Amino acid sequence: MSANLTLILTASTMIGAGVYLILERSLTRVLVGLVLLGNGANLLFMVAAGPAGDAPIVGTTDVEDMADPLPQALVLTAIVITLGTVSFLLAMAHRSWQLSGHDDVQDDVEDAAIRMLAASDEASDSHDLSNRATEDDVATDEIYEEEGSP
Amino acid sequence: MSLDATSLVPIPVVLPLFGAGLTLALSRRPRAQQAVTIAVLTAVAVIAVVLLLASERNGPQVVWLGGWEQLGIALVADRLASLMLLVSAVVTLLVLLYSIGQGMTGDEREAPVSIYHPTFLVLVAGVSNAFLAGDLFNLFVSFEMLLFASYVLLTLGGTNARIRAGTIYVVVNMLSSVLFLIGLAAVYAAAGTLNLAQLAVKMETTDSDTALMLQLLLLVTFAIKAAVFPLSFWLPDSYPTAPAPVTAVFAGLLTKVGVYAILRLQTLVFPNSPLQNLLLWAALLTMVIGILGAVAQSDIKRMLSFTLVSHIGYMIFGIGLANDAGISGAVFYVAHHITIQTALFLVVGLIEHRAGSTGLLRLGGLARLSPVLALLFFVPAMNLAGIPPMSGFIGKVGLLQAGLDVGTPLALVLVAGGVVTSLLTLYAVAKTWGLAFWRSPEQAHEMARQMPGLEDELDDNQHAQGMVVHRDHVHVAGTAFGSRDLEEARRVIDDEMPDRDLHQLLRDNALPDRLPLAMVLPTAVLVGFSLLLTVVAGPLYGLTDRAAADLRDRTPYLSAVLGGDDE
Repeated sequence: MSANLTLILTASTMIGAGVYLILERSLTRVLVGLVLLGNGANLLFMVAAGPAGDAPIVGTTDVEDMADPLPQALVLTAIVITLGTVSFLLAMAHRSWQLSGHDDVQDDVEDAAIRMLAASDEASDSHDLSNRATEDDVATDEIYEEEGSP
Repeated sequence: MSLDATSLVPIPVVLPLFGAGLTLALSRRPRAQQAVTIAVLTAVAVIAVVLLLASERNGPQVVWLGGWEQLGIALVADRLASLMLLVSAVVTLLVLLYSIGQGMTGDEREAPVSIYHPTFLVLVAGVSNAFLAGDLFNLFVSFEMLLFASYVLLTLGGTNARIRAGTIYVVVNMLSSVLFLIGLAAVYAAAGTLNLAQLAVKMETTDSDTALMLQLLLLVTFAIKAAVFPLSFWLPDSYPTAPAPVTAVFAGLLTKVGVYAILRLQTLVFPNSPLQNLLLWAALLTMVIGILGAVAQSDIKRMLSFTLVSHIGYMIFGIGLANDAGISGAVFYVAHHITIQTALFLVVGLIEHRAGSTGLLRLGGLARLSPVLALLFFVPAMNLAGIPPMSGFIGKVGLLQAGLDVGTPLALVLVAGGVVTSLLTLYAVAKTWGLAFWRSPEQAHEMARQMPGLEDELDDNQHAQGMVVHRDHVHVAGTAFGSRDLEEARRVIDDEMPDRDLHQLLRDNALPDRLPLAMVLPTAVLVGFSLLLTVVAGPLYGLTDRAAADLRDRTPYLSAVLGGDDE
């Protein structure tokens, strides 16, 4: 199968730009990134469809000259789905802006907790690395021994 | 007796979609909406039973939509698909009854209630379609159907927390959909078909490197949906904020659809390249890291979300073993886990309703406050942890046995990991039990009151309560409360703030006196259903054994789908 180089290059550029935009914090940019990604993926379907041809209507053209109609039907479905999701995401970005005045994607709760923990760890360990068993540690061990696991 | 049920195969998809349209038209008449939804879901459950019987007697039931044999869209109901359909139909029906009892979503004032029923039905249609789909593109469409419904349900009401959680959920899932599309394009380019059965035949002659790339692309996509370890981080962040019945149905079904897709792909399309080691490593990490996350949580909903991720690992473990016993165990575990995880999230909804919160910091004495609630939590929680003789135990034993049968070092490591995960699950739920159900609300309040001052020295009283400070965490009864919890404790004890814990709420008489029967009953029935899985475990395991044999053999599926020529 021979592939169309222009389509592949266009698709990869779009997907690359889409990935870059998704890494942004603003939801509007993420949205544009997703649109680019989706359309890039749709172009890949055109690559998969093989060479271009005539309209696939029986009786008007030879079977050999016809374009493969199935990928086009699939892409049409995919476009509709992308349209729906993108409009939903747009509504969410708008709602987010209504609620908080910006549409930044916010931090993961777990990430934030871990970052806070790491920061406090750094502060507490930096005084005295040699003396590892602090009073607190001893107390923890003792009490855990008394309590056992619940 | 011959049972021809092929004409019934599309109904679990078509009927909910039809119902969705009807309920949307009836949006001003809530009673009629409820009646339609209940009728539709009951019908789907009944049809699932018929399909299960038919596939049991006559093998896979295949229907080509529009009569386009070999060209159109195929729907296939084999043993596995019908079993999944049945379990999901029962679970969705009970969740719907529960949400009706709760007043739809629990916050009727903010949420546009009239869209709940249509969306729920679209979700059901998407899930059914995913189980029945006989080609990859139809699978993609059903994923989009159920995801779109889930976007709406997750952000219902549009509060700040839900929009925040929803953003991550929507973006992650859209990304996985795009990956799926790219995978589909690649599959079509390589094989010229997207029908699973035709693909299975084509893949045997495809260049093995190409096949491996396709397999990896599709596996990554499904692993995002199923929340398998490196791709699982979106789940615990987005599920807990939704209303209880929504979280319950998501937790029960959506991830399992991903697991089902992995199972179908591995057994049908790529049986010769099981990628055993990769899947087993992913399973191990999912189990262990998920459950360690669960142990660290101080909110019941978040704890359960992490156990959900962790137990997905068991199913991937079974699939990764790629022998009959492993596949059978995985199928059994999926059926068990759908019921149990949904039941637990429904119970958490009851806890939230009765006690005003699901944070372990604020809860206490629920066992005395509401013994029914305690019983409803205790049974599925023990089942989740795998206490004999319940279905969780049976499923885990089946999987571990399959792992021992395989006997490679990695499989043995997985067996050990499975046991450890099971024990840690027990630890996580026992901790929740101890804090939320066993201690009194006064103790909980007293603890919260003393917590914020703990940056300094502990006095004897605090020691006596078993409180320990370690690296900015307060440890109580094996639970670490971090800085966020301490912040919360400050808010709770500050009388100026509106936040209250259970003790204060009880003192102020601010809580509903009893649980609404319409919520308790569906939960109790679901817990009963999970126990029923234990009672019928023998026949059920027989069924999953046969389903696994079918999957590994492939000929029943292939001849049912491809054999249309000689009819």
